[in-house]
Amino acid sequence: MIFKGKVFKFGDNIDTDAIIPARYLNDSSEENLKKHCMEDADETFSSKVAKGDFIVAGNNFGCGSSREHAPIAIKSCGVPIVIAKSFARIFYRNSFNIGLFILSADTDGIENGDILEVNTDTGEIKNQTKNTVIKAKPIPKFMSELVNAGGLIAYAKKKIKEGKK
Amino acid sequence: MAKPLTITEKIILNHTDLQEISSGDIVNARVDLALGNDITAPIAIKEFSAIGVDAVFDRKKIALVPDHFVPNKDILSAKQAKMMREFAKKFDIENYFECGEAGVEHALLPEKGIVLPGDLVVGADSHTCTYGALGAFATGVGSTDLAYAMAFGELWLKVPESIKVIFEGKPKKWVSGKDLVLYLIGQIGVEGANYMALEFTGSTFKHLGMSDRLTISNMAIEAGAKSGIFEPDEITENYVKSRAKRDYIFYKSDEGAEYAKILNYNTETINPQVAFPHLPENSIDINEASAKNIKIDQSVIGSCTNGRIEDLRIAAEILKGKKIAKYTRLIVIPATPDIYRMAEKEGLIDIFMDAGGVVSAPTCGPCLGGYMGILADGERAISSTNRNFKGRMGDVTSEVYLANPAVCAASAILGKIAGPDEVVS
Repeated sequence: MIFKGKVFKFGDNIDTDAIIPARYLNDSSEENLKKHCMEDADETFSSKVAKGDFIVAGNNFGCGSSREHAPIAIKSCGVPIVIAKSFARIFYRNSFNIGLFILSADTDGIENGDILEVNTDTGEIKNQTKNTVIKAKPIPKFMSELVNAGGLIAYAKKKIKEGKK
Repeated sequence: MAKPLTITEKIILNHTDLQEISSGDIVNARVDLALGNDITAPIAIKEFSAIGVDAVFDRKKIALVPDHFVPNKDILSAKQAKMMREFAKKFDIENYFECGEAGVEHALLPEKGIVLPGDLVVGADSHTCTYGALGAFATGVGSTDLAYAMAFGELWLKVPESIKVIFEGKPKKWVSGKDLVLYLIGQIGVEGANYMALEFTGSTFKHLGMSDRLTISNMAIEAGAKSGIFEPDEITENYVKSRAKRDYIFYKSDEGAEYAKILNYNTETINPQVAFPHLPENSIDINEASAKNIKIDQSVIGSCTNGRIEDLRIAAEILKGKKIAKYTRLIVIPATPDIYRMAEKEGLIDIFMDAGGVVSAPTCGPCLGGYMGILADGERAISSTNRNFKGRMGDVTSEVYLANPAVCAASAILGKIAGPDEVVS
């Protein structure tokens, strides 16, 4: 699939407390999580982000807690893909499990406000603002199956239907 | 001859139907225990309903522990705890703990013998890696993972590469598991073991107890690790034999098993550590930290990292007969009801209260900025917990410094970051 949108750029080690602070974890509704998404990294984020925009970051995005509230908050804002140099592992698996695309790529050349066109099948990231192209690391086969099925639960349902569970 | 395997590869292999595995493989592994808490279980319960199965895979192999915002901190938290309670009731979940018998999950489950050596444990909480201390493969996952594991009793896992971490020599006075793990994270960074298993070994661990191992495995995640495991030995046997109600297996790494890296550290040169804001990798020597004259507003002793009886004993040894500094708060949180009771019997609670501290019922509370000790703007805390991210314990401009319980106690007395030797002669 091809996605096009504007970049919100963040640095290294954006932890899950920055993505969704624990003070809001007493309510796991998408409405609540969306409102406070990225609040401790950029408190204006949730008011500025539009459907289709991308989060782009440096190393170790999503480190810290296992809270699935973090990728849910991002997905609820309408962000279809997070692109970072690297991801913390629980955030990585949570994202695939809930059907949020995650791409690892060298994001140094991407700046806040750049317009990107991202092809999730080829991993090609076209920076239309800078007129450059970078390539994301390929996604393991099982992971793309998961995300293409719509996440782990949809994948499980499919298995049940096929009589494999 | 079969390929030599690490302890981690062996445990995972023995939880699949495969004949062999290699690091990097994605496998479906059977779980011995799937756990969740009052923050992560509600989403898991919603997802579980969406799968459309009518039963959990095994009511004895699920643990649900209300600990983060319990005793309920507000109405919304109460609703989440209620949702988990109703699910536990509906499926007659054996290891559900009501407030009063519940404690911080990662202190409670080993204490009760619910996690054992050789187990494969997945938990919707990042500090699930704590159980590696017992020689189990234990890793943090998300709520959807928990839903899947509760339904099917298995979960997809990528077999991790391992980093062997060797600590040799006897630790100095006041140096605990917390200091070794903060030192390690300082060396390799918060991403230093991302996707990998840390395997701890070396002569140092003959001098330290299970409590220190639990602290070290607990913070493996702060280096990005998937798990942090110790090979079970006599210390493990002594810890589990009176607690276990079922069989357990001691696994060992094979001679010749492959490691991504082998790291060697001399424990004898390591001093107590303090990790400065806002990453656990910012750890420095206590002498250097103390010299910076950093005033603190609050000291927290507790959590899945350092809320065990051994931690409270060390803190009490320092606080006995002393008062904490004026305008400084000391919050002590025994991690489980049993620990609380022991602390009471041993006179530790009196010591904390006489010193001017407050003792809370078991909860994760302030560690994640939930409640029971939230920081105002610009305030600073020294804490025996595991994370010092920006805003972790309260206002986004507040600061958290991580240290062992002895340093937290000494710092409370002096109202500034200080080492135990500065207050104990």
